[in-house]
Amino acid sequence: MVKPPLSARLTAALLVGLTKLISGAQARWQGCEPSPRQRVYFANHSSHLDFTVLWSSLPPELRWRTRPVAAKDYWLAGPLRRYLAQSVFRPILIERGGPSAREAFEQILDGLGTEQSLILFPEGTRSLDGAVAPFKSGLYRLSRSRPDLELVPVLLENLNRILPKGETLPVPLLSSATFGAPLAAAPGETKAAFLERARQAVLNLRQA
Amino acid sequence: MRLMNDPPLLWLFAGILGLLLLASLAGWIMHRAAKTPQGRATVDNFNARTRAWWWMVAIFAVASLLGRMVTVAFFGLISFLALREFITLTPTRPADHRTLFWLFFVILPYQYVLLALDMYGFFIMFIPVYAFLFIPARSSLQADPENFLQRTAVMQWGLMICVYCISHAGALLFLPIPGFEDKGARLLLFLLLVDQLSDVFQYVWGKLLGRRRISALSPNKTWEGLILGGATAVGVGAGIWWATPFTPWQAAGMSLVIVVMGFLGGQTMSAIKRDRGVKDYGSILPGHGGVLDRVDSVCFAAPVFYHLTRYFFLP
Repeated sequence: MVKPPLSARLTAALLVGLTKLISGAQARWQGCEPSPRQRVYFANHSSHLDFTVLWSSLPPELRWRTRPVAAKDYWLAGPLRRYLAQSVFRPILIERGGPSAREAFEQILDGLGTEQSLILFPEGTRSLDGAVAPFKSGLYRLSRSRPDLELVPVLLENLNRILPKGETLPVPLLSSATFGAPLAAAPGETKAAFLERARQAVLNLRQA
Repeated sequence: MRLMNDPPLLWLFAGILGLLLLASLAGWIMHRAAKTPQGRATVDNFNARTRAWWWMVAIFAVASLLGRMVTVAFFGLISFLALREFITLTPTRPADHRTLFWLFFVILPYQYVLLALDMYGFFIMFIPVYAFLFIPARSSLQADPENFLQRTAVMQWGLMICVYCISHAGALLFLPIPGFEDKGARLLLFLLLVDQLSDVFQYVWGKLLGRRRISALSPNKTWEGLILGGATAVGVGAGIWWATPFTPWQAAGMSLVIVVMGFLGGQTMSAIKRDRGVKDYGSILPGHGGVLDRVDSVCFAAPVFYHLTRYFFLP
């Protein structure tokens, strides 16, 4: 893998520091250890901070091979976001309500390549009250087309209190990112059953 | 208030250094002697605590070396970390978001600005009066009445304990006691030393001789630990009277106040932790839990010690 330029690494270090300062995020590797294997980290979504907190929770060497799947209109709005998107986070940008689901899915498979990992929020949108909505089908299709991927459930806690949807100023409480045991779609498992199992895998990390 | 120009302060630090060396040595010997897994765990916990102590003393020493303003900023940071742990564990609602922003970024810093500017009159009533009224008023603008009084009380309480009470420790630096001006750092060190030694010795004596548990709230606290540990701390406090404006008996009396208040603070914060179903407020300090777990006793001891000193030793 090509080493990112110094400016990108410095920006990343600054963002990670800032994120940890604001969110006090603690990474808990509960069901697996950090690994350079190709993975899809899928998490509950309640805050604009979710992605950076999850990304910051990864060890530095894994951050550069882990990219988010994100909405194009959000990341290309304004020069700062565009710079971050192009140089640091390198998200796979999906047009909201744009192309067909199939096209978007092809885009994600392309972005994965042979060594990248993904960060995915399968609810599709941020929740207001911290409840976890039903998952969209992308996770299931990923697991079917790339059975070698490890799908890692991640529970992000308290971020909806730190920067809830609709607020611009954060309140610096403490949060955590808990990583669970990887899963994959079982042979013969239906889409609905798998998506619900994946959702429960995220929720089950709550009590542990 | 330079550390080097204040020999008694230097002696206090030297004494603390000696204690820490002793603790590290004891930890090293116990580590080699421990055989059972349970004994090992206790020793590991002891050593983690000692290491954290080294850090805390080092940070505090650097802060005193750099002067009063740095110490004020240091206590501001402690308040921030404690308030963050406290609010994280207590239920608030989305409607409180903006009020909480004020708590962290306006009220807390302003309390420490008042302290740094030595504006005692406003420092002493800013939070109990103005912040007290502001919090419910700000939340009421969000039109979410559910559990309104409870949410308000939680924020007010967190602010009082984590900001108002802790800021009184820093306020000791500004007490204009005749003949003792600019020597407030010794008073602060006296408070912290007696308070923390009381904690440590209650733990040690409790482990060695403890039988009768004080309450179900904290399984590790026993009457034997409290009395012997408290007596040890009072003894140390009386023994360093020469660094304070107190006579030996007065120093013993003040130490007793610190010990009792510290104990009550620990019990109170334990009750809250039990209610929220956690053991520690955080995990920032290895072996100690969070910042709030370490300073819970100071929260109660600092304001009372401050006011008694102010009342009896200021003309």
